[in-house]
Amino acid sequence: MTTPGDSGGRETWPMWEVFVRSSRGLSHVHSGSLHASDETMAVRNARDLYTRRAEGVSIWVVRASDITASDPDARGAFFESPQGKEYRHATYYTESDSVPHL
Amino acid sequence: MSHTSNRSISTAVTAETIATAGVVAPESVARYAIGLGDDALILAQRLGEWIAHAPELEEDVALGNIALDQLGHARSFLTYASSAWGKTEDDLAYFRDESEFLNRQLFEQPNGDFAQTIARQLVASVYFEMLYTSLTKSTDPTLAAIAAKAVKEVSYHIDHSTQWLFRLGLGTTISRERMQRGLEAVWPFTAELFSPDPLTEGLEGIAVNPSSLRVDFDRVTQQAIADAGLTLPTTPAVRGGGRSGIHTESLGPLLAEMQVLARAHPRATW
Repeated sequence: MTTPGDSGGRETWPMWEVFVRSSRGLSHVHSGSLHASDETMAVRNARDLYTRRAEGVSIWVVRASDITASDPDARGAFFESPQGKEYRHATYYTESDSVPHL
Repeated sequence: MSHTSNRSISTAVTAETIATAGVVAPESVARYAIGLGDDALILAQRLGEWIAHAPELEEDVALGNIALDQLGHARSFLTYASSAWGKTEDDLAYFRDESEFLNRQLFEQPNGDFAQTIARQLVASVYFEMLYTSLTKSTDPTLAAIAAKAVKEVSYHIDHSTQWLFRLGLGTTISRERMQRGLEAVWPFTAELFSPDPLTEGLEGIAVNPSSLRVDFDRVTQQAIADAGLTLPTTPAVRGGGRSGIHTESLGPLLAEMQVLARAHPRATW
């Protein structure tokens, strides 16, 4: 497992990941990352960096070090195992003539 | 991202809409608008000096955003003012000399360290919010419209400076010392903001009497400074005179930098 935004112990502001919701009813979508001294300032900085052109109605910030991510070097074993397992897709199966309204 | 941006932003008053509306400011109103425009213009220019020098890239952007908001206010006020003499905002911004600038002296003061900039920005933002709130009731519709747009932006500027005031005041020993020193450095220039303004004479109902803002300003700033664990400075006030064209030694070099390109290449466009 890896930690995004790990500064390697350099004395600096922590990294935050920013999620912006563009309008009511939609999900928050990852917009990017930034540095800030704390969570309150992270929301302020996110407002300045990612909503300057009225892109959002809501902002979430998460400290990057609080995110646990999959290991990019292990993506073969992690993501490629579904290959050859077409039966996991609905299109693998043939439609039966005897089942109407499917 | 989206180009179909917020409608309320695109319909708010701007320097361009004021210029194309063809409104001509009465000369006394125009003189008053120059003072307001110069306050915003000079502070915007000062804040711009932080770009690429702030403690972090994010703070470059935050201070740059605030500077651009203030530049927008300055452009609106100066565009309106320039209509009285058939001029443009650029004529007023780039082709007046130091003694013709009417900004209060606070706004031309050097940035100092980051804490001193925050101290100046706190004073400026609280003052602007009270001034513009009052100016929205002006009987001059253009001044009222400019103020109505500006007041929303300066509310955010207050938030930015108070957030930093708290963090520096309640942070480390060094940050607390520097924040206190920053307040001491800018405080002598606060009194001038509320001193009688010769440009408001004869403009009852149009201009804001600056002394009417003092009580609210003191209440808000004293509370913020106390909440940040800092002490209200007691440094004596400077003489002032910015509204009469009297300035400190800091304004000249600022104007030289701001005006050099426009004067070297008059009427250049890009």
